Amino acid sequence: MADINILIVEDSPTMRQLISFALKRIRGVRIVEAGDGVDGLKKISAEKFDMIFTDINMPVMDGLKLISLVREDANQKGVPIVVITTEGAQEDRQRALALGANDYITKPIQPNRILDVAKQLLKIV
Amino acid sequence: MIEEETGLRGRAEEFLQAFKKGTEFTHDLLKENERLRFRLLEMENSLAGHAVQGDGEQNHALLNRIKELEQEKQDILNRIQKVEDENQDFANRYIEIEAENNNLANLYIASYQLHSTLDFREVLQIIMEIVINLIGAEEFSLMLLDEKTGVLSAVACEGLDREDIPPVKLGSGLIGQTLLSGESYFADDIETYNRDILSPMVCVPLKIKEHVIGVLAIYKLLVQKERFAQVDYELFTLLAGHAATAIFGARLYSDSERRLSTIQGFIDLLTK
Ligand SMILES: [Mg+2]
Repeated sequence: MADINILIVEDSPTMRQLISFALKRIRGVRIVEAGDGVDGLKKISAEKFDMIFTDINMPVMDGLKLISLVREDANQKGVPIVVITTEGAQEDRQRALALGANDYITKPIQPNRILDVAKQLLKIV
Repeated sequence: MIEEETGLRGRAEEFLQAFKKGTEFTHDLLKENERLRFRLLEMENSLAGHAVQGDGEQNHALLNRIKELEQEKQDILNRIQKVEDENQDFANRYIEIEAENNNLANLYIASYQLHSTLDFREVLQIIMEIVINLIGAEEFSLMLLDEKTGVLSAVACEGLDREDIPPVKLGSGLIGQTLLSGESYFADDIETYNRDILSPMVCVPLKIKEHVIGVLAIYKLLVQKERFAQVDYELFTLLAGHAATAIFGARLYSDSERRLSTIQGFIDLLTK
């Protein structure tokens, strides 16, 4: 089976590892991690991803900016984007969805929720 | 851990295969059962016909055959029941393994991250993230003991103002007692717990062996749990242990760094 390439853009290493662990349940998945929006953008320009998970609050470049730049890029337009937000940050979530994010997950991280969202967007049964 | 994940995936796959086979088998058995019932009915009908004719020996043979078929039918039904029970066991075991796997992954990540840095502030940040994400706490504080004064004070908190958390003397109240005894405290009923800054819902000592360096005090959980599961207690204890060694290590490191720079300063002064 061909690899499924997933990018996780998140400044907290703990969060990155938690999300990465959940996603590794998907067969043939390959995970790339980035620590902020600029790092994420660099990685996006270097290779093609099947899905992107991104935090909103990050140094250097935040998740909202990253989403809008990805959606403007003709090569990346269609890639599913999932935002990672806190339960309370409803405004961030709405803005992210308005900018073109496909779905969101809230902290605390629930491995099953991550898997469900990923499988649904990747159309894996 | 990754091997374990792969192993679990393998087991899950095996289980699904077994489950599928079980379902197919059940279908076959039901079909066979249907066929036998039909056959039985046919025989009963023909038997009725024969009875009129009064062929005693043939009737006897047919009656025996019916008995045999009845027995076979019963055996098949028993086997179906057994397969169904086994399927249920597999499904339950799968859920258990899945939960165990999640817990192990969480513990692995927690200890990995806690020992990934020697920076005191970073250690605190990681502890906060773990308590939010792995325990699902919404309001809590991390209090550390000043060994010279015997006073505990908050060094980090979530959902609370640090100014609202009063320092606690060793042995005073629930928090001070937890520090003294080194035993975790859990409120009996989480649902009816009323927030009291001096009496948290959960109070876990941060311990390195028997040496207590502080406490984690939780006042509100994000995901409303009705009660704690056995694994929650284990998770708290393990996290508290790892958090304590990480804090201790980071403090030692910053102390030695400071001393080193002081000594360097003296050497510079003397050799100028
Ligand atoms: Mg962040």
